[in-house]
Amino acid sequence: MQLTDDDVQAIIKLLETSPYSDLELETPEFRLTLRRSDDGGWSRESATLKTANLQRPAAEVAASTTVGDVARADVVRTDLIDVRTPLPGTFYRSPKPGAPPFVELGAQVAANTVVAIVETMKLMNSVYAGAAGRVAEICLGDASFAEQDVVLMRIDPTAP
Amino acid sequence: MMLRRILIANRGEIALRVMRTCERLGIETVLAASDADLNSVPARRADRVIRLGPAAAAASYLSVDAVVGAARAAGADALHPGYGFLSENAELARACAAAGIIFIGPTPDQLLAVGDKLRARSHAIAAGLTVAPGGDVSNHEDAVKLAAQVGYPVLIKAVGGGGGRGMKRVAEPGGLSEALDLAISEAAAAFGDPRIYLERYVAAGRHVEVQILGDGHQVVHLGTRDCSIQRRYQKLIEEAPAPQLPEDVRVRMHEAAVSFGRHLSYRGLGTVELLYDVERENFYFLEMNARIQVEHPVTEAICGLDLVEQQIRVAEGRPLSFTQAEVHLTGHAIECRINAEDWSRDFRPSPGRVTRAIFAVGEGIRVDTHIESGADVPPYYDSLMAKVIARGSDRSQALGRLCGALERSQICGVTSTLQLQAALLRSPGFVAGGPTTDYFRTFLDSHQAAGHAG
Repeated sequence: MQLTDDDVQAIIKLLETSPYSDLELETPEFRLTLRRSDDGGWSRESATLKTANLQRPAAEVAASTTVGDVARADVVRTDLIDVRTPLPGTFYRSPKPGAPPFVELGAQVAANTVVAIVETMKLMNSVYAGAAGRVAEICLGDASFAEQDVVLMRIDPTAP
Repeated sequence: MMLRRILIANRGEIALRVMRTCERLGIETVLAASDADLNSVPARRADRVIRLGPAAAAASYLSVDAVVGAARAAGADALHPGYGFLSENAELARACAAAGIIFIGPTPDQLLAVGDKLRARSHAIAAGLTVAPGGDVSNHEDAVKLAAQVGYPVLIKAVGGGGGRGMKRVAEPGGLSEALDLAISEAAAAFGDPRIYLERYVAAGRHVEVQILGDGHQVVHLGTRDCSIQRRYQKLIEEAPAPQLPEDVRVRMHEAAVSFGRHLSYRGLGTVELLYDVERENFYFLEMNARIQVEHPVTEAICGLDLVEQQIRVAEGRPLSFTQAEVHLTGHAIECRINAEDWSRDFRPSPGRVTRAIFAVGEGIRVDTHIESGADVPPYYDSLMAKVIARGSDRSQALGRLCGALERSQICGVTSTLQLQAALLRSPGFVAGGPTTDYFRTFLDSHQAAGHAG
């Protein structure tokens, strides 16, 4: 059961005639905190305590997005420059499905070369190389999800 | 037939909104949720949850097969598509019919009639509505001629677009050719349909829309809404009724919308979008949205109806339970959308975990949200976190309540548009009422100049 806005309104009417300026209500399903602010108005903080009643076993959930190949340099190098995602989102190597990738391993790039796009909340954000050099590593597969600050690629600034 | 179990093929606040009505009507809800939403607030409140697919919308909320598969697995007798995603997809409506599941929305033919913007334009003309000067263009030569006829600036629109996407403004003849090429390739990529058309760009325009409801025979209107506060054609604030409209214009708008609905023998909830030319005191048909809209609460506030309940009743095959004469519109309501965006960085999305969410409660205030302390805003979907709606006996009371409500609300952990919206509501142009669609740009410039930051 959930409280409707009308229910909350009725509770506040009761509280208005009381000396109390806050109320916490908890059931096995939810917790509701009501507070009176300085101007006399009320605000609420809600918490749903119920867990989701998932119809299918969670094991199925593990099967997730298709992840393309990852291209790495053979030797771990510390002099490479990281290209990080500007935002958490889906990493795409090409401008649109079926189109060739922006860059391949070994491609020569300038600081302002677009090397990928990251889609966050329906917005496409261009990812720039950030440094001149060659693409030394592509750390994520096409269409995989990049968490905040994840390294997408590495640029070798010393390569000719 | 009485519906007993509805599959909700959507997420976020609209999923919860549909659930609320279902709960009141005693209808069981099954939420179809992607992997990113399995632990969302709507998932925890639904009677049951069924896995729809991976987080990426293309494989879950936008997949007709996944959605129909979930409805079958749930044993649902109907499907509510919400807004966005597949809500206006004729293929989904057909696939539901084939699976013996009621699609809560218009018929597939009606979805096709309004989904193609050029076809919608011809239906509007056939129903006696005025459309913005313009038309379809098949080559550059046509476009140059038509644009000259219509007069610059012109707007290039995608036939398969809508919801503000796929539009380009061209200021002068010199920019037409390049804009056409870009528009065609973008339309093909975004909507799978390269067709475009031209329309006159109305500089001092207001976006006014009329809510209609039909049962396949009768069509009624539930008044106007003004949605002129927009950013890149995305609505930020909506109100009902549209303020500062000459009464005869308002009546003609109502009539036009009902005529359009009757022409289609419309079934379900729909919105006829109009562009009001303030200088000419004239309006043009823009498009029709064949679904429930984000801004439906402001209409509910002035007509006293539960629009989701009305959708369900029509889907059950029942006739409208009231006539136009029985629709009473009273008071005024304003809604503002709170998004997870950083306006000071060009409205960059701000997904993440909401550490704290506090919303106002009080007389005339309604908050539709799927956000509570600890909730996640996943990076995969749109950025809407909450809609704060205030109703009053008149516009100034509604506005006063809404300002107070925003002051008492707080969202921490992600960057939100809460403060920006509060400033916007207090800005002179909005307080005066009836700003045009270019108002937000002007407001933002002065807000920035005044030294405000995120």
